[in-house]
Amino acid sequence: MKIGLIVNIAKALMLARFKQTFIAAIGVVFSITMFVALLGFMNGLNQLLDGLILNRTPHIRFYNEVKPNPNQPIDLSEKFTGFYNIIRSIKPAASRLSIHNNEPIIKTLKEDPRVLGVAPKISAQVFYNVGTIDITGVINGIDVEQEAALFAFEDYVTAGNFMDLKNTANSVILGKGAADRIMAELGDVIQATTAQGNRIQLKVVGYYQSGLGDLDNVQSYASINTTQKMLGESASYITDIQVKLRDFELAPSMAREYREIFGIDADDIQTVNAQFETGTQIRTLISYAVGITLLVVSGFGIYNILNMMIYEKMDTIAILKAIGFSGGDVNKIFITIALTIGVFGGFIGLFFGFLAGLGIERIPFETEALPTIKTFPVDFNPKYYIIGGIFSLITTYFAGYFPARKASGVDPVDIIRGK
Amino acid sequence: MGLKTHQLKNPYNDNIFIRMKGKPVLEAKGVNKFFHSPVKTQVLKEVTFQITRGEFVSVMGKSGCGKSTLLYILSTMDTDYEGSLWIDEELVTEKSPNHLSKIRNQKIGFVFQFHYLLNEFSVLENVMIPGLKLDQKSRQELEHIAMEKLKIFDMQDHALKKAYQLSGGQKQRVAVARALMNDPLIIMGDEPTGNLDKKNSDIVFNIFKELAEEFHQTMLIVTHDPEFAAGTDRIIEMEDGYIINQ
Ligand SMILES: Nc1ncnc2c1ncn2[C@@H]1O[C@H](COP(=O)(O)OP(=O)(O)OP(=O)(O)O)[C@@H](O)[C@H]1O
Ligand SMILES: [Mg+2]
Repeated sequence: MKIGLIVNIAKALMLARFKQTFIAAIGVVFSITMFVALLGFMNGLNQLLDGLILNRTPHIRFYNEVKPNPNQPIDLSEKFTGFYNIIRSIKPAASRLSIHNNEPIIKTLKEDPRVLGVAPKISAQVFYNVGTIDITGVINGIDVEQEAALFAFEDYVTAGNFMDLKNTANSVILGKGAADRIMAELGDVIQATTAQGNRIQLKVVGYYQSGLGDLDNVQSYASINTTQKMLGESASYITDIQVKLRDFELAPSMAREYREIFGIDADDIQTVNAQFETGTQIRTLISYAVGITLLVVSGFGIYNILNMMIYEKMDTIAILKAIGFSGGDVNKIFITIALTIGVFGGFIGLFFGFLAGLGIERIPFETEALPTIKTFPVDFNPKYYIIGGIFSLITTYFAGYFPARKASGVDPVDIIRGK
Repeated sequence: MGLKTHQLKNPYNDNIFIRMKGKPVLEAKGVNKFFHSPVKTQVLKEVTFQITRGEFVSVMGKSGCGKSTLLYILSTMDTDYEGSLWIDEELVTEKSPNHLSKIRNQKIGFVFQFHYLLNEFSVLENVMIPGLKLDQKSRQELEHIAMEKLKIFDMQDHALKKAYQLSGGQKQRVAVARALMNDPLIIMGDEPTGNLDKKNSDIVFNIFKELAEEFHQTMLIVTHDPEFAAGTDRIIEMEDGYIINQ
């Protein structure tokens, strides 16, 4: 039996009830539009918010933790070897924060094919001397070019040019919050004191604004050389090695691996930022839930309209059966109607959803906290369009399934006799 | 109105027809039918009869004696009965619904009292649909055949109208044309002229008569009209669920 005939009959039935069919299709269009627009928008926001943290965070960070020496003298004494020694109030040794032998470590990491890039860093506690008061802060000594390449450093430098950090000796880019607190303007020279007591004059060449207020109140940036000079350390002094991977899912296992090899501490991004993953997942879940609810509601619309159509078209169904259409054929006719509504509605819905995304992307969205964002972010990932399309087919299929089953069960004798 | 003899193309070669005359087309053996609501009542009682090829048979009987019920069983639409039914020498009792659909499509043409056309389709399409469903010929061929059928009933000028745009008599003529579409073994009609005025009823009656005479079409027609019945080869008389005369 040709599918063409089924389609023809389905088409004729739909045209006979064009208005209702049209309204059912609009329901699908609306829900798919909302589904795609909502997911695109939600995920755009998700990526933006995650990006705030995750783009700025190395996938693996190597450092030396300040901690007590695990080999205490008493353990070396032969006299006490058979005892269980308890030492109270242990103090950390004056162990170096600096990563020993960092050059070969960096070289090894750079040669690892899983690694996208490596950026060394120095963290230095400082006091900014403002008149008679000291304000605490942290100066991060960075490799400016690597930092820009791996962590989009330049995106967050809202005033001044980030390359000045490299090109100007003794320069600093102040966190916006810190700059406000010490009332430093671009081009000003500020004075800072390190924890070791060294004093240094720094020229303000830019402001840094990450969007996270707490961070911007303390963090400032200087070049590695400047920071080393400030701390009075040699050119090999580095406190952190930041690694960005090609696939950040590998971070935990690689952190474990290299922790063993290098004998230093290593944190992976998943452990440090577990709560961001959770937040993202929940937001995604909510948008899917809303989108699918919309689809189910439109599914009920189709269900209603098909049911109505079946009541109105009982005669037609009875004639078709009397002239030799089987229950299966009648079933196919109504499933075809449902799927046609689903396909057309879904397709137009995807298109409108795309337009809605383009529209949302144009709405201005300027906020102090997010300096790089000028309009609402929208994610145009084809994934959402595929999911939306598939869901529209599934829901319309099920919306059509029960009415179609009912239609296929119509007893022509009942109808013909009832006339 | 009447058959246009120059257009007639007898689907049955007369020789074959004569050779096959006498072969049973339809056979019912001991058919009993019960309705269970509101109370159990037996509507058909041991109905047994045979129709052979080329016969034009009418069924008569008082209102409520079970004529329609019998016809629904014979047309395979009602499968809830006792006894056995052969169509074209094949036992169809207990056959699957899909198989019965095929038999209805290919071997039976049904004409109802109320003209039951598909209002969503044109007259031509209505006639074609059983052929499209059978799916043995191309669309062009089917269109041509459907047009020929319409010409038999002088309805060719209305081919492109929608079904609901026709008068009652015209609709019934189209319904008979549709019943003929797949050159069925037998045409069954349940009071096909019952809903028509005298003039239209005469037209349809003449159509059946001429189908019998010119095409030797096997037909089983339920009617209340003694005049109609008188024009048929054989009258089956029913009373209270029994066949009392055949
Ligand atoms: N679905 C049903 N449930 C119960 N009884 C029924 C049902 N259909 C028909 N009957 C009864 O079966 C009997 C036969 O009905 P049927 O329609 O076959 O009569 P008929 O001979 O065609 O009458 P008419 O000439 O008026 O059309 C009637 O008494 C009717 O009331
Ligand atoms: Mg009747």
